[in-house]
Order: sequence, then structure tokens, then C-alpha cells
Amino acid sequence: MLEIKNLHVKLEEEDKVILRGVDLKVEAGKVHAIMGPNGSGKSTLSYVLSGRDGYEVTDGSATLDGEELLEMEAEERAAAGLFLAFQYPVEIPGVGNMTFLRTALNAQRKARGEDEVSAGDFLKLVREKAASLKIDADMMKRPVNVGFSGGEKKRNEILQMAVLQPRMCILDETDSGLDVDAMKLVSEGVNALRDEGRAFLVITHYQRLLDHIKPDVVHIMANGRIVQTGGPELALEVEKNGYADILAGVQ
Amino acid sequence: MALPQAKLDQLSARIAGLHFPSTGWQGKVRGEALERLTAMGLPGKRDEYWRYTDPTALTAPEAKAVEGRGEVAFDSIDAVKLVFVDGLFDAEASDDPSLAGVEIIRLAEAVTDIHWAGDLYGQLEAAGQKPVQRPLAAIGSAFATDGVLIRVTGAAERPVALVYRSETDASDVILHHVVRLDEGAEITLLESGDAAARLLTVMEVDVAKGARFHHVRSQGRTPDRLVATHIFARIAEGALFKSFTVAANGVLTRNEAVLDIVGDDSVAHVAGVAVGDGRDFLHDDTVFITHGAERCESRQVFKKVLKNGATGVFQGKILVKPGAQKTDGYQISQSLLLDGDSQFLAKPELEIYADDVKCSHGSTSGAIDDTALFYLRSRGVPEKAAQSLLVLAFLAEALAEIEDEAIAEDLRARLEGWLDRHDG
Repeated sequence: MLEIKNLHVKLEEEDKVILRGVDLKVEAGKVHAIMGPNGSGKSTLSYVLSGRDGYEVTDGSATLDGEELLEMEAEERAAAGLFLAFQYPVEIPGVGNMTFLRTALNAQRKARGEDEVSAGDFLKLVREKAASLKIDADMMKRPVNVGFSGGEKKRNEILQMAVLQPRMCILDETDSGLDVDAMKLVSEGVNALRDEGRAFLVITHYQRLLDHIKPDVVHIMANGRIVQTGGPELALEVEKNGYADILAGVQ
Repeated sequence: MALPQAKLDQLSARIAGLHFPSTGWQGKVRGEALERLTAMGLPGKRDEYWRYTDPTALTAPEAKAVEGRGEVAFDSIDAVKLVFVDGLFDAEASDDPSLAGVEIIRLAEAVTDIHWAGDLYGQLEAAGQKPVQRPLAAIGSAFATDGVLIRVTGAAERPVALVYRSETDASDVILHHVVRLDEGAEITLLESGDAAARLLTVMEVDVAKGARFHHVRSQGRTPDRLVATHIFARIAEGALFKSFTVAANGVLTRNEAVLDIVGDDSVAHVAGVAVGDGRDFLHDDTVFITHGAERCESRQVFKKVLKNGATGVFQGKILVKPGAQKTDGYQISQSLLLDGDSQFLAKPELEIYADDVKCSHGSTSGAIDDTALFYLRSRGVPEKAAQSLLVLAFLAEALAEIEDEAIAEDLRARLEGWLDRHDG
């Protein structure tokens, strides 16, 4: 589904190289996790894939079902089925959460040549998804993420994912700032979306999220590259021994 | 002190040939306004009150011709429409002005003494000349071509809509309206349309005890228009005054609001949204609110969206007199600069002589939040739609000042249209 080849990225404004040849292939139906020390380029990878400004791709490619992502606008990538759950979901005062979601859903549908969802169907869809994430009606009426707690913001990300139904979901440190209960709720939300046609790329620092969202493949990223790939046991090893051993082994 | 000759000459040139009925009650009140004007002279760009906005085009002897006509707002609102064409009331184009609880008289036809209007016309304007001189307002009182006198005795069932049309390219129009709300009365007054190449208006509003006045104005959108408006209001005990203005384009717009809160427990809100595109655009909101009573609330909420070198100006003052305890004054002026060429000049002022008051003011200018823009786009919202959504979100606090949802929706749709047309 997602195929990244030899991806090199630097910051647009300064001469700082962040990704130095990332190769990664995520198949439909699978959950891949990326772990790695701070500054290894994990978040940059998620931003570059989703089309954020400020980065320059100097080499390589990233395709979603064969379509080149890096040539698309951010909104086109979303319509093509890519979704990034933000590490720091953005507050947008003045834009209601419902308005936001409905605008996004209908914009994606329009871009794919599908009919807009009626107000009634939309309401039904959101209510159903919100209930399972314990998001109440009041949160839906408030402006996007404004005044939300850390846990509420992350649940709101998962709600957006559940409503927009992307094929390729990237979760950027979705566990950061979550307490045990919230982590469970968010993980259940993610697990409910797992199916054969959908893939996940879960970026995290900690093994504990992977206790809830069980990965098929674990990658270790360091210094802008994937340096090791393995099964779930790799995450356990990191948890136990830290990155030092792995990085030493690579070097 | 007599004015210097040059100032007198400038004034004579500006008022030469203007409409001035010298008889009857109007002769008296207009004569008094002319005296005030002659003592003040016209504003100049060296005046502190015109520091950010050059009044030259407003004080020039003649108005420059403009082409094109804007559309009229509030079409969908069921209101009693009073149409003015090139500054004169047009009875044929207007609705039947009979409305229960409301007395409407055309200024140009108000020949016989109308005591309530005679006591009010020019009086609030005269009171509003201190501590800051407003000579253009005195022109409005002295030389109005027409206007309406509205007395509200009950709760008006429908809004009254003043619709301004312009048919002559170089029309130079001066209007003066007087609105008196009796105790407990309520009305919504709408204004819209491109009145003229150059428009000068004065509206005096006397809101008696417990009365409620709602004013919503949409200032046309022909690009070359010059506009100077003045609202003078006196707000009595337990009364409510709300005024909202949306402005798009126009080469120079100066909207002054002078609100005098004289009764306890009253509420005065003045708010506005201005959107401007291009170096020629200058929009100036100048507000002076005097709190002279206890437990009153005032709010000023002004938002401007500026691009391609447009300029926004805000001068807002809250004066809390001695004894005006428990005053709650709020003032915010913000601009969204869509590029680096545009500018916003703000002068918020508080002057407080009571010790138990709550007053706040804030003024900011900023760009579209890139992070929010990316967030919206990452969810599939195309860039231009995302930008419009963020601009409307920025304007939301001001638009929330409009109580009537149908009217607010009308203006919101117009703003969306403007954003669509100016997305380049």
C-alpha cells in the first residue's frame, strides 16, 4: 500500500538533512511501528508524507497504491486515503468541530467524485463513532480542539480517522500525553478500524502503545534511516535495553 | 477664536451649493450646526484624530466620479424598505412606511414642527463634539439632503431597512437620520447599498429607558467609494444599543460611533467587520464610548481582513466618568493580514475615573495560522476553502454580535462571496 524508496529530505529554509534514504513498505492490512530516539526523523517522515510545507525532498519517492504522494497537495493526499493523526492536534478557534469534520468529509468525497453526505447521515455517522470513543455532544459543538484536554485531542484525532475512513493511517506519537485509560480508549478506536484494506504506520517512543495496538512489523529509525526491522519482539528489546545496543550494532 | 482665512476658504469651498433650508425648525437646528462647523473648520491630516486617515478626499469641494454599482444586502430579510436614490427619498421605490408602533417621516418633508425631532436633531451630534471635534458630523447636521425621522413607540414587528442607491457617477450625498425609541420600544434598523460617490451620514439615536435598538449596516462594495458615517447615541437606563457594520472595498471609509451611556444597567455594543483588497483600501473605525452611569456594559469588537496593501485603522476609546462604578468595558480590534504589504493601525484608549470598574482592551494583527491551514488541508479541505474557513473563524467573534440569525447569515454569505472573488 505505502511504499517509500530512498527518501531523502532536508529542511527548506536551512541546510539540515533529516531523512537520509528511508526505505519502507507497508502492506494493506498490516500495522507497522516505527520507533527511534529523539531527532531520528520519525515525525518529519510523517509530515513529509502528509504534505506539510517546510521540507524539501532531495531524492526518493513515496507512493500510495502506486500513486506518487510527493507530487500531490496535502488535500489530494487526504482524498487519496492518507491520514495523519497529529502528535499535537491543532486548535482552531471559531471553527466548530462538526463543521470541520463535515467540510473535510465532503471535500474528500467531492475530490473522489462521490456525492456529499447528507446532514442527517453525517450526524448519525458521527454520533455512532463519537460514542465509542466517549466523545460527548458538547465536545462536538466546541471549536476544533479548543479547550480540549490532551486525551480529548487525541480521541478527536481518532474520531476524524473513523469518520474519514482513510486507507493509510499514520499515527504520530498518539500515545504522548495519554493516561492509561485514555490510551486504552484510543487504542480500541484504532483497533476497531483495523481491516484487510487498511494499513497503519504507528510512530511511538514506547512499547506500551504497542501492547494495545499490536504491530506486525517494527522498524527502528535512527539518523534519518530505518536501521533495523523485525517483529514485535524488537519493540520489547528496545523497551528493555534502550536504543544504545541496537544503534551500536548497526554502526 | 476665529478660523484662519485659509481654513474658512476651504470650508466655504466644501459647503458651497449644499442644501440648506433656512426656515422653520430645520432652519434653526441646521443654523446651529453651521455655527459649530464654522467655529471648527474642516479636519486636516495634521489633526490628531485624523492621524491615520487622510481626510482630504472627504473635505475636497467635489466628489470624484465612480463607476459601477454594488449590490444591496438584506434582500432576504422581510423589512419595511425605504429607498434613497442619490440622497433623496424615493417613495415609489419604497415600501408603504406604515408599521405599527413606528412613525416614519421623511426629513425633506418634515416642514412643520415635530417637537421630538426638533429637540433631538443635531443635539446628540453637538454633544458628541466634545472632547473631540467632528466637523464632518456638523456638515451632516447642517447640509443633509434628506434622511428619516423615526420614532418608535412599541416593539416594531419588522425591521426598517434604509436602502441607498446611486444613479449618478459623481453623486455627493449627505444624509441625516434621527431615531427616537420611547421607553420599552424596540426596533431593528438596517442600512445597505452604495449611496453615492461620496457619502456623509449622521445618525442620532436616542434610546429611552428599557428600549432596545439594533442596527446592522452593510456598506456596499463599489471600489472607489468615499464614506464618512457618524452615529451618535444616548443610552438610558436599562436600555440596549447594538450596532454592527460590514464593509467591503471602498477607497476610504471612516465610521465613527459616539456612544453616551447615561442610564444605569444599560448595554452598548458596537462591532464591525471590514474586508479590503488593494493599496487603495482604507477602512477606519473610530469609536468613543462614555460610561456615565453604574453597572453598564460596553463592547467593541472590530475585525478586519486586509490584503494586497490594504490599510485598516481603529481608534477606540472608553471613557469612564467618576461615579460610573461597576462598568464593564471590553474592546478588541484585530486584523488578519493576508500578506506582508497590508497594515493595521490601532489606537486603543482607556480613560477611567471610577475605581470599581472592569475594562479590557486588546489589539492584534497577524497572518493566517499556517499550522491550522495545514491541519485542515491534511483532512482533505482544499487550500482556498481552508483559508476561507479560517478567515470566517477569525471574523466569528464579531459576527456573533449580530443577534438576528437570518441577518447574520445574509452577511456571512456575502463575506464568503467576497472571499471567493478575492482569493487571488
